[in-house]
Amino acid sequence: MGELVSTGREVAIEIGAMPILVRTDSPEFARLLEDRYGGFVTAAPLRPVFELEIELAPPGIINPDEEVRVRLESGRWVMERGDFHAEWDPERRQGWVRQTANPYAIDAVLRILHSLILAREGGFLLHAASAVRNGRAFLFSGVSGAGKTTISRLAPSDVVLLTDEISYVREGRIQDSGVRSQESEVRSQKSEVGSENEYSCGGLAESQDLSVPLGGTAERLAAPDTSSLAPDTWHLAPAFEAFGTPFAGELARVGENMRAPLAALYLLAQGPENRVEPVGDAEAARGLLRNILFFARDEELVRMIFQTVCDFVRRVPVRRLVFTPDVRVWELIQ
Amino acid sequence: MSSLYIAHSKEIAARVLEGEMMIMSARDPTLFSLNELGTIIWQAADGATPLQEIVERKICPEFDVEPEEALKDAESFVRELASHGILVVSDQPIGAGE
Repeated sequence: MGELVSTGREVAIEIGAMPILVRTDSPEFARLLEDRYGGFVTAAPLRPVFELEIELAPPGIINPDEEVRVRLESGRWVMERGDFHAEWDPERRQGWVRQTANPYAIDAVLRILHSLILAREGGFLLHAASAVRNGRAFLFSGVSGAGKTTISRLAPSDVVLLTDEISYVREGRIQDSGVRSQESEVRSQKSEVGSENEYSCGGLAESQDLSVPLGGTAERLAAPDTSSLAPDTWHLAPAFEAFGTPFAGELARVGENMRAPLAALYLLAQGPENRVEPVGDAEAARGLLRNILFFARDEELVRMIFQTVCDFVRRVPVRRLVFTPDVRVWELIQ
Repeated sequence: MSSLYIAHSKEIAARVLEGEMMIMSARDPTLFSLNELGTIIWQAADGATPLQEIVERKICPEFDVEPEEALKDAESFVRELASHGILVVSDQPIGAGE
C-alpha cells in the first residue's frame, strides 16, 4: 500500500458520524458514489477517520464466487471477496481498495471497516431495520424474511427511517467533537439505490445450550441466591444510539443520515396479530448476537462485541414484536 | 478415581445474564449457554480445586443426588466443554500461566 496521492476525485462518506474520505481517479465512479450515498456524502472534507484510495480493476478478472475474508496481517486489516481486495492500516489511517466499478464492493468494504471500528467503540452493525419516532430510535432485528422491510414500509409519516436492512448502533457519547451530530445538521437528500441481495453474512455467533444432566431427576434443594444479579449502575452510563445508514435492503432506499438515542430493540416475528412480548436478557443476547454483522475472526474484537452485547441487553429494553403486515403495528411503537 | 482440575480457556468471554452463564468462544465464535448446574461448575473452575471437591461442596449440598452420580455427570460435562475449547481439563492443578 503506497502513499496516497490526491490527484483524483474525493468523496467524503460519513456514516455513524465517522467521515471516511474516498479517493478515486474516475469521475464516473465518484459520481456513482455521490449518487449512491446521497445524504451520507459530506459537502466539505472534515477531519476524516481515515482515507481510502480506490483503484478500479477491469471487469472480468475477479472470481464472483469467492466469499468475504477478513484478517489482520502485520497491523493491517486485509479484506477480500470475489469482487474486491482491500487493505486498511489503522495506525496510518489509510486504506486501499482494488475493485471493479460496481457499488456493491465499496458497500461491503465500508460495512467491514465500520464493523471493525465499532467493535472497539462499544458498537456494532446489526441486521435490523431502524427508525426514529418522537426523537427516539427503535430497532427491528431479524434474519432475511423476518419482516425488516415490511415494518419499514408500514411506517407512518411521523417516522423517519434510518435503514431497512443494516442498523448502526454505538454506545452514546456525551460529546462528539469535530463531527456532525443531531438532527439540525441532517442532510435531507435521499437517493434510490439498488438492493444488494448477493451480499449476506450470518450473525456473529451460533448458539449451543450445554447442561449437566445430573442423573436426570435431581432437583434443587434450595433457591439460588440471585442477589448478585441485581441491576448495577447502568442508569448512570450513557445510552446507546442508533445512526442512519445507506445500507438498504429490499426497500432500495438509503436511510436518513441522523442519530437518536435508542429506546428499544424489537426481535421480529411474524404472526396472526400484533403484540409485544417480553424477552429475557439471555434470550435477548442470543438474538442480538445472531444478527450482528462481523467478519473478522479476531479474538480480541469478538470479546469486545460480546461484552457490548451483554451491556446492551441490560441497558436497552429488548422485546419480541409479533406482527402481521398491518399499519396498526406502529401503534405499539411509541 | 483420579482427580480432575478445570480452568477457563483464555479464548473466551463470559457473563452471567439472568442467572444463565453465557460463554462466547472467541475462536469460533460460538455462544454457549450453561444451565444452573453447569454455571456452578463453571464458576468454581479455578484450576486448583479438584472437580470432586467442587461436586461435594457446591452441588451435593444443594441438590438431591448421590455424589458418585453427580461426579460422573460433572466429568462428562467438563469434558464436553473441553471438546469445545472453552474449558481446560487436566489431571494436575492448572496454574495461572497455563
